[in-house]
Amino acid sequence: MKGLRIIVLAKQVPDTRNVGKDAMKADGTVNRAVLPAIFNPEDLNALELALRVKDEIPGTTVTILTMGPGRAAEIIREGLYRGADGGVLLTDRAFAGSDTLATSYALSQAIKEMGDFDLIVAGRQAIDGDTAQVGPQVAEKMGLFQVTYVEAVLKVEKSSITVRRRLDNGVETVKAPLPLLLTVNSSAPDCRSRNAKLLMKYKHARTVTERQEATEDYLYLYDSRPFLNIHEMTVVEIKSEPDQLGLAGSPTKVKRIENVILQAKDAKRLTAADKGINDLMKELIDSHVIG
Amino acid sequence: MNNIFVYCEVEEGVVADVSLELLTKGRSLANELQCQLEAVIIGSNLKDVENQVIPYGVDVAHIVEDPRLAPYTTSPHAAVLIKLFQEEKPQIALMGATPIGRDLGPRVSSALHSGLTADCTSLEIGDHEDKKAGKVYKNLLYQIRPAFGGNIIAWIINPDCRPQMATVREGVMKKEILNVKYPGKVNRLEVSKYVSDTEFAVQVIERHLEKRKINIKGASIVVSGGYGVGSKENFKLLYDLAAVLGAEVGASRAAVDAGFTDHERQIGQTGITVRPKLYIACGISGQVQHRAGMEESAQIISINTDPDAPINSLADYVITGDLSEIIPKMIKYYKQNTK
Repeated sequence: MKGLRIIVLAKQVPDTRNVGKDAMKADGTVNRAVLPAIFNPEDLNALELALRVKDEIPGTTVTILTMGPGRAAEIIREGLYRGADGGVLLTDRAFAGSDTLATSYALSQAIKEMGDFDLIVAGRQAIDGDTAQVGPQVAEKMGLFQVTYVEAVLKVEKSSITVRRRLDNGVETVKAPLPLLLTVNSSAPDCRSRNAKLLMKYKHARTVTERQEATEDYLYLYDSRPFLNIHEMTVVEIKSEPDQLGLAGSPTKVKRIENVILQAKDAKRLTAADKGINDLMKELIDSHVIG
Repeated sequence: MNNIFVYCEVEEGVVADVSLELLTKGRSLANELQCQLEAVIIGSNLKDVENQVIPYGVDVAHIVEDPRLAPYTTSPHAAVLIKLFQEEKPQIALMGATPIGRDLGPRVSSALHSGLTADCTSLEIGDHEDKKAGKVYKNLLYQIRPAFGGNIIAWIINPDCRPQMATVREGVMKKEILNVKYPGKVNRLEVSKYVSDTEFAVQVIERHLEKRKINIKGASIVVSGGYGVGSKENFKLLYDLAAVLGAEVGASRAAVDAGFTDHERQIGQTGITVRPKLYIACGISGQVQHRAGMEESAQIISINTDPDAPINSLADYVITGDLSEIIPKMIKYYKQNTK
């Protein structure tokens, strides 16, 4: 069987567990520059699913596509260390302020420049928004069928794929035609860790901008080792309507944001002391809240 | 034209609770906007299904019935909504933030280039002034949700694109029958006019659906644990207390992510919304997403080592201390006082 050409959509996300005060800009968008950035967890599940197809079917290639600022190239390197074959960083000021729809548009226009593919795999959702929208929206823009919440690929045939989906209330086995877009759940296997040989091979993989900013003396490498070039794609390399990009291309706007301020109730305060807890349990029993 | 549409999910002939909750909310929004409320039901074996939705104040129930439309697959359902929305031009379209709604909503919003806000915790009608463009928008849908790790509440609007689309989790809105004899109409649609045969290319070969084993939503007492519980071992204390009180065990997302308990028990914006008589929050700091799922509990006890944990501001009783000491005492004194 011929190998599949797989594109993995991945996102570098702010670690929302560590949010400081200056995380939001005045226009209501996120100031990503001040936050620690990680590989979105379910996108790692998506990468693993793709790599397992690659293990199974020789000749399969896995290419990561991510949209974000320059430093998002970090997750492409992470992917290369784990077994991906290449990566594309879609980056441009023109994409700033995109909502999910403008993001999906930019991604799908980039995919159209990346050549033929059989499968697009994305994490179900990113932890900075939890919307789960970009996968299905890209599928629609590409005119592809979609299967969401996938946790395993069961069978790959010449023009179709069979997968298992994990839903809130059970599982489904679904067969769908290729090319296809899948979104992957956290119930899928965790991503393999970095491979030491791949780490050595790709540790100097850089985008063109990173190379220009680099002070290290490795620049001679990039002509002789083309696999070290992370393809940086900007708005000029995709066909796009300017009014579909960034803030202008985003139908949803943030009207206002409010910091969360809590009005304290007049609570009864207790400690672990026996009497207080005994009284509390009596009170709850007497008022028929419990018992 | 310009009405409110709710996509209603059906499983084996029964309309999902979340859809009925959205119809109730949709009815009140329709009253405020002085427009009609319309339901869309897509599936197979839908005989008399309109009787399940019209009492919620549905003016028109659009029904598309075909054996191939169940079990749900994305493309045929999306095709119906896309064409129907192009014809009917709703101002608002709502669906459940369920596996189906979250699969279908983005597909439809992408095709129509309308905005979609996921997992709203509140929907309101209001105006918006765009000072830059010198434009005033009347009666927009404010789609309100916690965002960014729960550190903020965001009001999202779609000033220019229609329909304004939003998904809402089960249990966030309340369902309420308006009138059992509400004079709603039925509009049965011809499937072939909306869906081409090629849309049915994705096949569901096998399904194993389990009834939800855990019924946190229906529990009158919930004992819930957060990251502060510290370990899977300590979480057993919560099960002990729940067993004694006849309660269910819930968890915050942080506790689920840490592997202390199952995903099915997650309470909050991206989990279950509960309104029990008593909510006992153990080692939960109280991020806004978690609070969105429990703040309407009638009474709240917070057990936390941090006397200033944000959740304490919601609590009726704040117990400051170590839960491994406090929970066994609660069990002990409960037993003593009920003997």
